[in-house]
Amino acid sequence: MTTGHDTAASPAKEGGAAPGRPSAAPVTEKERRHRARLSRRWQRDMRFSPYAFVSPFFLLFLAFGLFPLVYTGWASLHQVELTAPTDMNWVGLRNYTRIFDDDFFWNAARNTLTIGIISTVPQLLMALGLAHILNYKLRASTFYRVAMLAPYATSIAAASLVFVLLFGRDYGMINWALGAVGIDNIDWQNDKWPSQIAVSTIVIWRWTGYNALIYLAAMQAIPQDLYESAALDGANRWQQFFHVTLPSLRPTILFTVIVSTIGASQLFGEPLLFDANKGASGGSQHQFQTLGLYLYEQGWVNQHLGRASAIAWTMFLILILIGIVNYVISRRLRASS
Amino acid sequence: MTTTLTKPPAEQAKRVRRPKAARAGGTLHAGPVAYAILALFTIGSLFPLVWTAIAASRDNQRLAETPPPFWFGSNLMDNLEIAWTDANLGEAFLNTTIVAGISAITIVVLSTIAGFAFAKLRFKGRNALMLIVIGTMMVPPQLSVIPLYMMVAQLDWTDQLQAVILPSIVSAFGVFFMRQYLLQALPDELIEAARVDGASSWRVVWHIVFPAARPAMAVLGMLMFVQTWNDFLWPFLVLTQTGNPTVQVAVAGLGRGYTPDQSLIMAGALLGTLPLLLVFAIFGKQIVGGIMQGAVKG
Repeated sequence: MTTGHDTAASPAKEGGAAPGRPSAAPVTEKERRHRARLSRRWQRDMRFSPYAFVSPFFLLFLAFGLFPLVYTGWASLHQVELTAPTDMNWVGLRNYTRIFDDDFFWNAARNTLTIGIISTVPQLLMALGLAHILNYKLRASTFYRVAMLAPYATSIAAASLVFVLLFGRDYGMINWALGAVGIDNIDWQNDKWPSQIAVSTIVIWRWTGYNALIYLAAMQAIPQDLYESAALDGANRWQQFFHVTLPSLRPTILFTVIVSTIGASQLFGEPLLFDANKGASGGSQHQFQTLGLYLYEQGWVNQHLGRASAIAWTMFLILILIGIVNYVISRRLRASS
Repeated sequence: MTTTLTKPPAEQAKRVRRPKAARAGGTLHAGPVAYAILALFTIGSLFPLVWTAIAASRDNQRLAETPPPFWFGSNLMDNLEIAWTDANLGEAFLNTTIVAGISAITIVVLSTIAGFAFAKLRFKGRNALMLIVIGTMMVPPQLSVIPLYMMVAQLDWTDQLQAVILPSIVSAFGVFFMRQYLLQALPDELIEAARVDGASSWRVVWHIVFPAARPAMAVLGMLMFVQTWNDFLWPFLVLTQTGNPTVQVAVAGLGRGYTPDQSLIMAGALLGTLPLLLVFAIFGKQIVGGIMQGAVKG
């Protein structure tokens, strides 16, 4: 019915009938079917294309993210050797009891925590201060931003190898500078806290500028009138920073804390390459062995992939726990403000 | 309303102008203290890189003396040459360029298409799926290496580049980044106009979304290139120094060699870093802008 009406109206719309036009005649069955097919294709396009557009991401994530994660849990219940990864013998929770009985696991967990704190807290605080300064009216502001991002462009491998030399006990630049102000040589490799500080320094060096830029972006999004009304109320620069800038940055700070926490929990390349003994033990006394390094040592040095899987899953559960704690804290903070 | 009415006209004009000044880089002028702190951080950021070059221009013996060298020696070219051949760096550069290039391009294309769907198309479950994408950003890929390693071993893909490329072409950050960009950069009218002309979704993507997204695609491409170029753990597990290394594997191999010649190691580290530093020197402004853009709504 409607199609007939359409064709009848069309010649008028186009400004005069076209006698020779075949389509001006009453619609043939073929034409009608063609149109129906077009509109069906149109509907199909509208309905399914969005899914087609997002599906590659989800398929790839399924294959290279979710499936391996779940399969790690499965493998953690088996005895699997690196040399024959397809031979899996069910052992239940024995991998977990083995690693929980291992002092080196708890040592690695403690190290991951302390290195995480030593590397994350100063890093984010410095980034915050740096962003505050970068937010001033500056000459050559782009230069500073790019310069502070240069460490981010440097790979873990290159950065770690340079810092091994800078932190050298006998000939390193840092001990030389400390010696100039009367501090004796520090053994950055073998002493526990110095070595953890040294490893953290590599992380801090690589990521401070990056985080500063993220804070800077958030600072520039703060509406100017907030500062104006604070200034009207008589707040000075510092009071403005604490009462306007920091509260507005809260979501961004939370975001960087989460990202840095995840990064810190996965720390691997820096402690691996910082070790002068070229092992995976994180120093001769395991003084800076992280969980990531412990996983690698169990899986690829000792060749127990099952046990390594159990470590990976334990790390995953710890991360979920941290995520929940983060969420609760941020909700509390939001509720209190 | 009442406040603007009571204010003198000059005050009002100032209020209008101010936000513009803020966007141009803050309203407060930096004092000497601010510049001093900035200088300190700039030196701290650049010094280890400069010193890498200094150490690479010396020899092993000079690096075992105090005080450490502060200026360039004469061995730079020799060390670079030896490191280049010793660490198999020519092949490593080619491999890393292939890996990072393919990964970056694939991520950019897939992320643009998915980001467009999330930003501009209506479909059932859109918000839930977007939440899942954001959730996957929180899962560190390092936890998945064991089954991936088992797959690679079974497929006999050790020392082959596809073992590194395939797991690296999925990026939740990319989808999120492109969605944020397209939300504000792609006008709905443009899409509607194309729809009225009868364009299918794929044609819209090809003729409207890709051209509109080009600046963000370039930035995302650079960020992903840097990330893949610097990726360490996974390439370190499946590629060997003598087989088919990426630059990071080759450089790490230099550092973990049996007779460490520090100046050679520094030469290798320098070579491995130089290409990215060049990219940053040229496109620094765009990369900084991209990182800040991706951060605002994150």
